[in-house]
Amino acid sequence: MPVNATLATYSDWTYGAAVAIYFFAAVLYLCEAAFARPEKAKERELVAAGGTQADGTWTPGRVTKPERSRAERLGRMGLALNVLGAVLHFASLVLRGFATERAPWGNMYEYGSLLTLAGVVTWLVLARKFPVRRLGGFVLVPIVILMFLGGTVLYADAAPVTPPLQSYWLVVHVSVISISSGVLLVPGVASVLYLLKSSGRARFRKLPDADVLDRLAYRSTVFAFPLFTIGIICGAIWAESAWGRFWGWDPKETVAFVSWVVYAGYLHARATAGWRGRPAAWINSFAFALTVFNLFFINLVTTGLHSYAGVS
Amino acid sequence: MSALLAFLRNTWRGLTAMRTALTLLFLLALGAMPGALLPQRSLNAQKVDEYIADNGWWGRLLDELQFYDVYASFWFSAIYVLLFVSLVGCLLPRTWEYFKQMRVKPVLTPRNLARMPHHATADTTASPQDVVEHAERRLKGWRTITREEQDGARTISAERGFLRETGNLVFHFSLLGLLIAFALGKMFGYEGQVIVQANGGQFCNSGVYNYDTFRPGLRVDGTQLNQFCVKVDDFEAKFLHNGQAESFHADIQYQSGADLETGTWRPYPLEVNSPLRTAGDRLYLLGHGYTPLFTVTFPNGQTRTGATQWRPVNQVTLASEGATKFDPPDVPDAEQRRKSQLAITGLLAPTAVFQGQLLDSAFPAANDPAVAIDVYRGDLGTDSGRGQSIFSIDQKMVQDGKLAKVARQNLKQGEELKLDDGTVIRFDGVRDWVSLQVSHDPTQIWVLVFSVLVILGLGVSLSIKRRRVWVRATPQSDGRTVVEVGGLARTDQAGYGEEFTALSRDLLAHKEES
Repeated sequence: MPVNATLATYSDWTYGAAVAIYFFAAVLYLCEAAFARPEKAKERELVAAGGTQADGTWTPGRVTKPERSRAERLGRMGLALNVLGAVLHFASLVLRGFATERAPWGNMYEYGSLLTLAGVVTWLVLARKFPVRRLGGFVLVPIVILMFLGGTVLYADAAPVTPPLQSYWLVVHVSVISISSGVLLVPGVASVLYLLKSSGRARFRKLPDADVLDRLAYRSTVFAFPLFTIGIICGAIWAESAWGRFWGWDPKETVAFVSWVVYAGYLHARATAGWRGRPAAWINSFAFALTVFNLFFINLVTTGLHSYAGVS
Repeated sequence: MSALLAFLRNTWRGLTAMRTALTLLFLLALGAMPGALLPQRSLNAQKVDEYIADNGWWGRLLDELQFYDVYASFWFSAIYVLLFVSLVGCLLPRTWEYFKQMRVKPVLTPRNLARMPHHATADTTASPQDVVEHAERRLKGWRTITREEQDGARTISAERGFLRETGNLVFHFSLLGLLIAFALGKMFGYEGQVIVQANGGQFCNSGVYNYDTFRPGLRVDGTQLNQFCVKVDDFEAKFLHNGQAESFHADIQYQSGADLETGTWRPYPLEVNSPLRTAGDRLYLLGHGYTPLFTVTFPNGQTRTGATQWRPVNQVTLASEGATKFDPPDVPDAEQRRKSQLAITGLLAPTAVFQGQLLDSAFPAANDPAVAIDVYRGDLGTDSGRGQSIFSIDQKMVQDGKLAKVARQNLKQGEELKLDDGTVIRFDGVRDWVSLQVSHDPTQIWVLVFSVLVILGLGVSLSIKRRRVWVRATPQSDGRTVVEVGGLARTDQAGYGEEFTALSRDLLAHKEES
């Protein structure tokens, strides 16, 4: 199987450009977060625009256009750059796929790229739904770090994959797991911010309402958790035909099981008196830490059947 | 007696409380972790032995506490058994409640709808009757009941999202089913590995002794294996320039069922991701390696050929180690025969590179095979009563002076060496062997079925919201009607706002219509 070197090079360039653009977007978002005044009332009004108002009467969509502050302009620029970065990021994955003529998630570099793209897209979708744009920096900073590590330490040249990976389950299992892990990055960040905000310290007062952060974390987890479940089960189906058993407590399988259990714990905790709020947020943050641990430690340090990092 | 009952009741209540279930859930996660961090016997017994040897009393203590067999340990079993008891205790009343709820009418409209989390109001010239009829049409698909209040107001109570609880129950019951199917599979399943020469070598799943290793389930004694036979005709591995494997392919033939009687062989291309499924078992291609072929010409002119598989020690270059053993021919005296056995041990390189005299392998394909061998003569100890690996000689026999090294040399394909007694050893080249695994798991199809139900149940229970909406149309003295709408999401508030906004807009839009 030949590798198209030209496309592979273009893929690397777009990847690098995406990281750089995310970085600038993160800076702009952080500037917005730093300069913005902690105004709760304004946020409320923005949500309610075109809906029901506080007194219960409904007014047809008449949105007043408030004068944009400097902070807000910075934030909007960040958002625009963020979208541009995501387009380049997507292009880099597609180019890699064409260069190798296979699904572009066959080693850890490519896996990380898909994961972070899923995280960015989730963030962009949520930023449209919730008044949380100024948090963009907190989402993009871990993504820039992950992508930087992916592009340097974990980088692997475009190449075909080994026989166990030559299966259509590579397309299904790895993409679903990678996308769900990427989506879970957002609730991970939201829960950490929730913990900061609800600690009540003055320096975190500019963060959005704890309630908004909680809903953000919950809704994205509720979307990603079934996806993660599907990913694990697809992996089991693949393992049955590639390794001779559907479940064998390989280190990666074990940690995936553990994170699944912890996420299940989070969903239960959020519905249990006495566990709502901070305890649930702690559980969710911990669950994301486990996901990251599973990505790096299990792939790079322990040896198991999932050692496909392509890192020598 | 009553004290005992109280104790049992309190234990049951404690065990089935959500708090306990959550704690057990986290204990399960915590308990599973050592399995990823410590070596496990089920995956690599040799690593466990090394770990125990390296860690002294700490390693032995962990062994006592079953930390190397985490998923079969008493404490891990205790956690998941308690968790599932707790789950059953939680599910039974919920199921009961669920069937009761199916027949219950939506609750009365609260007096003050303005206190609901979602609320909207408007007034209209339409009569309460019209408002209610309009609302009923809009609330199609909701479970509704219309009631009349004392002051002439008419109300609708509507509820939706019962499927959420359905999904919830399906999810949890499927988890139970999955665990049971998994456990049954562990009891009635088996797994065995065997190495077969890829030049027509045969293997029959007729008894445990045919396997190199065999792991039976708790209820398997190995006497009733599913009958089938395989014959490995050829094996081909392709590699990229950098030595990375590109494809593995074994041409096999198999017979099972009626074919065993008639002797019919059916061809099958066995590859890594496509196991052979026959007779209720699965046959996998797990690995491959090389068998060096040696021809030994003894001083009396007799020749013997040896073809014993050697095992790869480097998975990238497939440099392999092993021991090929010979009995001397035409020696009638058993004692004499035992004392003049031959063993060829050393390193096999499929593609040879030499650094001085040191042999190594440069590439996994058999492009230019060579061996670096030590030849031993003497008593191999094959009837000493001690178990012996086919990949090595018994070093104790060497230490005891019963087995002596008589030659050491590098041989390329076709080259030979002569021992002091005139015995000639020729290296004829290599042949492929494949490592096959036979797996039997009678319940894995049920595990799959329950897994699919788990996904479906989870999807339904997380995407559907149980929610209520109330409409009250109150006639005013001036002939107008005040319409109030209130909404409440019973399980989770997130996301109900948008739906309620749209719903209340439609319900209150009555005035434009009339």
